[in-house]
Amino acid sequence: MSYVESLTLTLPELVLTIGALVLLLVAGWAGDKATRAISWASVLLLFVAGLTLNCGQGVAFGGQYQADAFAAFSKVLIYFAAGASILIAPRFFQLADGSHVGLRAEYPILILLACVGMGMMVSAGDMMSLYVGLELNSLAAYVLASFMRSDSRSAEAGLKYFVLGALASGILLYGISLVYGFTGTTSFAGIAKAYGEGMSMGKLFGLVFVFSGLAFKVSAVPFHMWTPDVYEGAPTPVTTFFASAPKVAAMGMGVRLAVEAMGSAADQWQQIVIFAALASTVLGGVAAINQTNIKRLLAYSSINNVGFALIGLAAGTKEGIAAVLTYLAVYVVMTIGSFVCVLQMRDAEGRPVENISALAGLSRSRPGLAAAFAVFMFSLAGIPPLFGFWPKFLVFDAAVAVGLLPLAAVGIATSVIGAFYYIKVVKIIYFDEPASDAMIPASTLVETGLMTATALAVSPLGYLAIPILATLSGRAAGALF
Amino acid sequence: MIGLMHYLVVSAILFVLGVLGIFLNRKNVIIILMAVELILLAVNINLVAFSAALGDLVGQIFAMFVLTVAAGEAAIGLAILVIYFRGRGTIAVDDINRMKG
Repeated sequence: MSYVESLTLTLPELVLTIGALVLLLVAGWAGDKATRAISWASVLLLFVAGLTLNCGQGVAFGGQYQADAFAAFSKVLIYFAAGASILIAPRFFQLADGSHVGLRAEYPILILLACVGMGMMVSAGDMMSLYVGLELNSLAAYVLASFMRSDSRSAEAGLKYFVLGALASGILLYGISLVYGFTGTTSFAGIAKAYGEGMSMGKLFGLVFVFSGLAFKVSAVPFHMWTPDVYEGAPTPVTTFFASAPKVAAMGMGVRLAVEAMGSAADQWQQIVIFAALASTVLGGVAAINQTNIKRLLAYSSINNVGFALIGLAAGTKEGIAAVLTYLAVYVVMTIGSFVCVLQMRDAEGRPVENISALAGLSRSRPGLAAAFAVFMFSLAGIPPLFGFWPKFLVFDAAVAVGLLPLAAVGIATSVIGAFYYIKVVKIIYFDEPASDAMIPASTLVETGLMTATALAVSPLGYLAIPILATLSGRAAGALF
Repeated sequence: MIGLMHYLVVSAILFVLGVLGIFLNRKNVIIILMAVELILLAVNINLVAFSAALGDLVGQIFAMFVLTVAAGEAAIGLAILVIYFRGRGTIAVDDINRMKG
């Protein structure tokens, strides 16, 4: 494979890297005045990068990078989530502290750089490119978490995210070093071959460390403790980003690693994944019940949802992986929609409100917003007429097909527990008396548009997309087997 | 003669020290940053030892990447710490509790 061909295959990352660096120069030159232009340029770049995903498939740079249907599917989700998080940011930062200049120009650029890293994560064909991609994503994410410098909660979120994220990278890296030592290679193909020759103590240790690090990155129990704090403390647009794009990237990376590199050790990693899936669905369902902060509640909801996606991975079949991808696609849409709703929660002076009780009586003051909120909550709970039900059905179906009946049963039970707190939010919106400190929501055109589009996508109308989604996710999963 | 096993044991000890340093330390966030570096150094010892034992250069190249990333990570960690200190006036681990969890 020639150098030019390799560069063509990595075109999405090249577009984003060069674009981000040029925009950084623009930001340095024009300052925060240019934020709006830079934001729109970043969204355009993400769109162009999405178009270049068509530039062919293959393996680039001697196996370091793979462009295939799986990577393309994940990247479309990542770019969509990143674009949405850029678009919803300006107004939040303007209102959050009035004295400030509003959104700083680094925000869209950091998201672009994180996207480069996430693209590398889902396209990695070698432990080295996987690690560098992961760190590129994480380093940008640490900065984003502490982006509101004047807010001590944001700084604390950044600090917590940094410490635990660095620990996770360290654990993952230690696992990678063991895998390298006991298989003699860092390429996924070589690792797969070595794991096929039988298990040894060293290989097993490497596998366990690698999967622990991965569990941290997707915030699966028992490595979830950073999630609620970081989600609560980070500015809401950043939380939107954290809950959507890096989840897809980390999950995609985990799936690729599990299937492509360690497919022959499925018996070993299956136990880990089953445990993480069970624990995440149970804890995500139970711990959310007592939350009073909507962002914390959605953090536990994301832990819960990761658990369901992991059920599909635990199945380990092509259908299971396709179900994981479908799950991620629907999850991203639901999450972005619900966080855009959360963004609308503000008091009379325009400061963000995060208490769930402030939602009381929303159905009377803003029926449209209340309806959208209800749609997202019901969809996250997986209640049938809404589209959130479909991916849950697919993962359970895949788990039952390989005989993981208990796992599917517990999953269904916890999704009923989870429904309790989602429906509690709906109850507050529709049936509680309005609080005295009523919120004054006001949305911009972009936010209303995003909210409407995502609400329509997870409404029963979403079922029209099943054939397309099934074909695309099936082809993406097929690329790994 | 010092063999591969000795290096692996040293690196395992360093790794455990690093992890304990993060969890047992109640004093100061800077110590956590040092513990993170310790973990990455343990990984580097592993990689280089394996690389020498296998006669394969990939491990050493990997170690270079890890070093580079570790530098970036330390820079960002310290930057976040400065922001945090400006807002709160303390970097004691016990004081990082504005959000329960």
